[in-house]
Amino acid sequence: MTGIVIVGAGLGGLRTAESARAAGYQGPITIVGEESHLPYNRPPLSKEALSTGVAVDDLHFRRKPSVDDVTWHLGAPAIGSDLVARTVTLADGTVLSFQALVAATGIRPRRLPIDGPQAGCIVLRTADDALQLRERLIPGAQVVILGAGFIGCEVAATAIKLGCTVHVVAIDTEPMIRPLGAELGSAMRVRHEHHGVHFHLGRFVTGFVGDEQITRVTVDDGTELAADVVVEAVGSVANVEWLAGNGLDLSDGLLVDDAMAVIDAPCPMFAVGDIARHPNAWFPGPARRIEHWNMPTETGKRAGQSLAAVLSGAPMDTAAFAAMPSFWSDQYSHKLQSFGMPGLADHITVVAGSPDGPCIAEYRRDGQLVGVVGIDMTAELAPYRKQLMGQQ
Amino acid sequence: MKVTVDMDKCQHYGQCCFEAPDVFELDADGKLQYVADVAEERRADVESAADVCPMQAIVVE
Repeated sequence: MTGIVIVGAGLGGLRTAESARAAGYQGPITIVGEESHLPYNRPPLSKEALSTGVAVDDLHFRRKPSVDDVTWHLGAPAIGSDLVARTVTLADGTVLSFQALVAATGIRPRRLPIDGPQAGCIVLRTADDALQLRERLIPGAQVVILGAGFIGCEVAATAIKLGCTVHVVAIDTEPMIRPLGAELGSAMRVRHEHHGVHFHLGRFVTGFVGDEQITRVTVDDGTELAADVVVEAVGSVANVEWLAGNGLDLSDGLLVDDAMAVIDAPCPMFAVGDIARHPNAWFPGPARRIEHWNMPTETGKRAGQSLAAVLSGAPMDTAAFAAMPSFWSDQYSHKLQSFGMPGLADHITVVAGSPDGPCIAEYRRDGQLVGVVGIDMTAELAPYRKQLMGQQ
Repeated sequence: MKVTVDMDKCQHYGQCCFEAPDVFELDADGKLQYVADVAEERRADVESAADVCPMQAIVVE
């Protein structure tokens, strides 16, 4: 038995290991990663790092000294597992045994089945993806972005800054509409248009045209867009295939309890980060996966404490898990920041400023505050965060 | 314990302020201000503040 095996060498895996150590676990920890890199920070990949050049060494997280003795098994993803035998199988043939398993494999970009050549269509998740994209974002390049979520919008802003021509094609009626709602989404669209982005909203791509390399993209309204590079940013898929065959419900990540323990797992097993579908005392309702940057840290901390307890034979803390989802985004000189779950709202009210300038919007569901979003108003958000935590 | 914030990286999101409000604060202009010399017993919260920084701009020594 080799102690804790953490599958996934991103932020969630790192924080889980650090938390287990902080909670007193001194046994072996192995962290498995698909990429060859030690854990690094992904958000800059669509922003600063994409604009100034990607150097993964500058993006690595500082690792606490307590995890200096962790065994890193990088460059080989997990491809299978047997939770009863307590083994994980990696793509390089390695079989790792464990006492306790952590699933921290995160998400990957969703791919659309689009007819035509595929060369020149890039997704953005890893540092290597960003390197590939950066090479193509040269002044004058014609960039077509599929999807108007955060990544699509951030790449659009960066590409404009680098002197590219940018078209965004998305089925949504406004950019970032699911988290922001129509009014703030529209206000952000106007900012993008002011910088020269062309939107094709309520539209979808019907095909890629070109010989081997994509040179044009066809849209369902008949529009043809010249394309030197296509960026596909249309959502994500949870990396759970390596857990197939163990009787777990893998339909939407992994369902966990308040301790981050995977429901129905036949062994000590936890899930953290983007794939953990967890309860949240501050946001009642069904367990949810939240793909925000701060959640791997929040869920990883709790999972680490649970691991240390389980492996020392102590009871796990079963107190309700409560965490404040938060996102931020940089587009041009504008800063968006949010607390809570604005996407749950049925009613949105701008309560300070105006959407065409700095502003704050409250997001309510059945009259209850569920989220807040600020554009270029950061310090003013703090009281709303307190309200969301029930400390009015 | 010595706290340093790389002000070239810092984007003044203020996430650190929630973890250690006695060490990090956004001023009236929304700019981050912080205490560089912090008592050792505050380490856990200050490390949490460094952990949650979206720009990973905080170094704790």
